[in-house]
Amino acid sequence: MSAAMDGSILRVRGLRAQYGNTKVLHGIDFDVGKGGITTILGANGAGKTTTLRAMCGMVATQGEVLLDGERIDGKATESIVRMGVAHVPDGRGTFLNFTVEENLRIGAYTRKDREQVQADYERIYAYFPRLRERRRQQAGTLSGGEQQMLAVSRALMLKPRLLLLDEPSFGLAPLIVQELFEIFRTINKSDGVSMLLVEQNAALALRLADHAYLLETGRVVISGTAESIRSDESVRRSYLGY
Amino acid sequence: MELELLLRQILSGLATGGIYASMALALVMIYQATHLVNFAQGEMAMFATYLAWTLMQAGVPYWGAFFITVAIAFIGGVVIERVIIQPVENAPILSVVIVFIGLLVIFNSLAGWIYTYTIKPFPSPFPSQPLFGNSYVGSHELGSMGVTLVVLLLVFGFFRFTPLGLAMRAAAQNAVSSRLVGVRVGWMLALGWGLASAIGAIAGIMVAPIVFLEPNMMGGILLYAFAGALLGGIDNPGGAVLGGFIVGVLENVVGLYLGSEVKLTVALVIIVGVLVVRPSGLFGKVHVARV
Repeated sequence: MSAAMDGSILRVRGLRAQYGNTKVLHGIDFDVGKGGITTILGANGAGKTTTLRAMCGMVATQGEVLLDGERIDGKATESIVRMGVAHVPDGRGTFLNFTVEENLRIGAYTRKDREQVQADYERIYAYFPRLRERRRQQAGTLSGGEQQMLAVSRALMLKPRLLLLDEPSFGLAPLIVQELFEIFRTINKSDGVSMLLVEQNAALALRLADHAYLLETGRVVISGTAESIRSDESVRRSYLGY
Repeated sequence: MELELLLRQILSGLATGGIYASMALALVMIYQATHLVNFAQGEMAMFATYLAWTLMQAGVPYWGAFFITVAIAFIGGVVIERVIIQPVENAPILSVVIVFIGLLVIFNSLAGWIYTYTIKPFPSPFPSQPLFGNSYVGSHELGSMGVTLVVLLLVFGFFRFTPLGLAMRAAAQNAVSSRLVGVRVGWMLALGWGLASAIGAIAGIMVAPIVFLEPNMMGGILLYAFAGALLGGIDNPGGAVLGGFIVGVLENVVGLYLGSEVKLTVALVIIVGVLVVRPSGLFGKVHVARV
């Protein structure tokens, strides 16, 4: 038992997943430290999105997934979400026919602390002033960047312990990406929300995360602190391409 | 005199239109969640109306029977979704349609078997004298219009302002995202069925004094409701309700000028016309796919 494992909010051991007959994950292990940010890197088809989906019961899996020591593998998605795991999915999962405000309201659906919810709307609007301006607008009319902000905001309204982020930089202009990642850092520091971040943009992810795992066709090939991976030139060249 | 006759037809059209609007709303609620029209909606309403009649025969006062029936219809709708619809959720469209038609036949013949096909009178809770001394519209028509409006307002308020209503809309719109915010999607769909069934029961009870109680009483009404829903836009609850009212008025006005034989034709002309000219209806969303 290493110290890192004791302080894990998420602990995954021997995770396997398949779609039909196609095996996607071949038994992977990783941890997310309490209050930490772990990133999973890898090329297209490495199994990153599947890994995130497996965390909240969206794909059938074998192996152990523990949230704060409690087994969550095999549970229904909505039950895992109710335990405080928020997922910003691939494709953002916005309710396009809802207004911005309704998207935030539905994000807080499981919460009972109404006064705190009211305060959280204000906090979110402070992070993303653009959303406040557009709060009565249909979410489907927002730009890509605004929709990503909305997806993150909706997830935050759950008041999660663990935030799962699936390629939040995808399709966004570099400046917006910078802004978004700055806010991830703030949320992580000030609210203590742990994060599991899946990214194709390795340079970006390694600056935010404390730990990193490199996934290649469903296996972890390299893991370590973000610092060590960032500074290992051969890893950077051969796997991360920058 | 001519004008007075027209006004009378319009008012009574609004009254029956309210019934169509309620049924149209029930259809739209199921449609939004499943993208299918529940053909059994009318027969479920008819069966609930028989239930109300049975309760009244047993001596339960009118409004007592009304609310008990609505409650039973709600629970019945939830149970039907959980037990019959949920297992075929991912089945091909045709299988689900067959299940709907099966439900229709089951409820129809069950009612015939228990209550026979003899037409029965059904009481109205409203006085037989016209209200406010007017000569244009009967008090039952006025009363049922009032009940319909209250029901529609309650339903819209529920969906617009309550967290549960929001969650039900979310579940119908995007099941995956709904699960990701903790909404129990399966139960939301069941609640939708319960609500649709309860609304149908109210429509059945309100229309029964006009069309009389018999196992086929809702057949034509469901057709008008379907026409209304299509006219307004089958994916737009507000539009469907408005469509129901329009069909009610149109049916009566056409009946006045062309004879009541063509009334049902109106519904069919509207259905075919909308499907040919504007499949999304007056207020429905035109679906455009990005390629």
